[in-house]
Amino acid sequence: MAKKHHLSAVVNGEPVEFLCEARQSLLEVLRDVLHLTGAKEGCNNGNCGACTVLLDGLPVNSCLVLAVEADGCRITTVEGLADATHLHPLQQCFLEDAALQCGVCTPGFLVAAKALLDKNPNPSEQEIRFELANNLCRCTGYDKIVRAVQHAAARLREART
Amino acid sequence: MKEFEYAAAASVDEAVSLLAAHGPRAKILSGGTDILVQLREGLREADLVLDVKRIPELTALEFDSARGLLLGAATPCYRIYEHEQVKRAYPALADAARIIGGWQIQTRASVGGNLCNSSPAADTIPALIAHAAVCHIAGPDGRRSVRAAEFCTAPGKNVLGRGELLVALEFPPPVPRSGARYLRFIPRNEMDIAVAGAGVWVRLDPTGQQIEEARIGLAAVAPTPLEATEVAAWLAGRPATPESFAEAGRMAQAIARPITDMRGTAEYRRHLVAVLTRRALADAVGRARGVG
Repeated sequence: MAKKHHLSAVVNGEPVEFLCEARQSLLEVLRDVLHLTGAKEGCNNGNCGACTVLLDGLPVNSCLVLAVEADGCRITTVEGLADATHLHPLQQCFLEDAALQCGVCTPGFLVAAKALLDKNPNPSEQEIRFELANNLCRCTGYDKIVRAVQHAAARLREART
Repeated sequence: MKEFEYAAAASVDEAVSLLAAHGPRAKILSGGTDILVQLREGLREADLVLDVKRIPELTALEFDSARGLLLGAATPCYRIYEHEQVKRAYPALADAARIIGGWQIQTRASVGGNLCNSSPAADTIPALIAHAAVCHIAGPDGRRSVRAAEFCTAPGKNVLGRGELLVALEFPPPVPRSGARYLRFIPRNEMDIAVAGAGVWVRLDPTGQQIEEARIGLAAVAPTPLEATEVAAWLAGRPATPESFAEAGRMAQAIARPITDMRGTAEYRRHLVAVLTRRALADAVGRARGVG
């Protein structure tokens, strides 16, 4: 049996402790140990971004982070975007603007877009396309995703004023 | 991934002794964006994965306009382009750091890791050559320094010996009337590996019309990133004009030794390296003049 590491982290605001092997990616542990199946395994090599989560507030491909590296970190997954009664404005706008079809890429887009709007509340279309280049969608052709992010950005700016 | 042990070293000395004890069966984990893919796909194997990100020296980013930049080998790319002074002082480095993978890669991947992965197509290495970066290496016999231009020895191979660790990259302080640019060609808009790349640095004379000094690094046109010393020497004393940039591009083309592979033919790469060198020079001169 491989040695298990005992780790602690704050996942979606909740302190958690878990056991994992050194070779397990953060994505595997989120999905198989913590049962947070929002982050998806697409390519498992850093190209598709479907596994994007925030690690201490920054977007990472969780398939390219070992879970042991996340010891003591704050992790936000797509499950952490909505509160008990309301979807996050990004989630609401993705629905209203039909910015998804099959939905496999959507958790990664939502998390990466949240990181983008956290640092830039009013991104241009080009900035959105550049910052979300590590997220691939094979269904919608990106236009609706970009518009939904702009829409959510406007809603978030309104809510702040 | 196959089983391995994980250790997070707290100091350079601890990392060096673990590396020396395990030899090639130990792999250094910086941002992980290359090594974890290689381990998962069975391209490399490890008994020990040694995380160096908990060593303060390895994640440093210390800039002082009189002393230059000390960049820890594991410092992630985003910290370079988000640092306004560093971005202004080392613009080719910032260019490269901004286009390696996407944002999710740049929050993890480091310039030191890009260098140690030693791909001929690495985006940051031409920028390191252009900015005259020096590599600080620690090993069982103490510390030594190697010019970044001499670090890579073959595709995927470099000067690091058993037990050695790249600790930091040091960049000379910025000088007045200088500018730099890294450009690459990829068939997509983002998220791809360079078909060819050119990193250039220039220093202009007080009139801004003549090049006093230049350095050029080329990517993906030889088994290692290439320092185009002949081209740089030719440029010194030439007028900073489109004609000079075009001639420098032709000279870069002449020293390129590209191969044909899935990303492009040798002929295409020879064409690209001339175009990229010419354009990077024009942009670098523009930056040296404070426009662009």
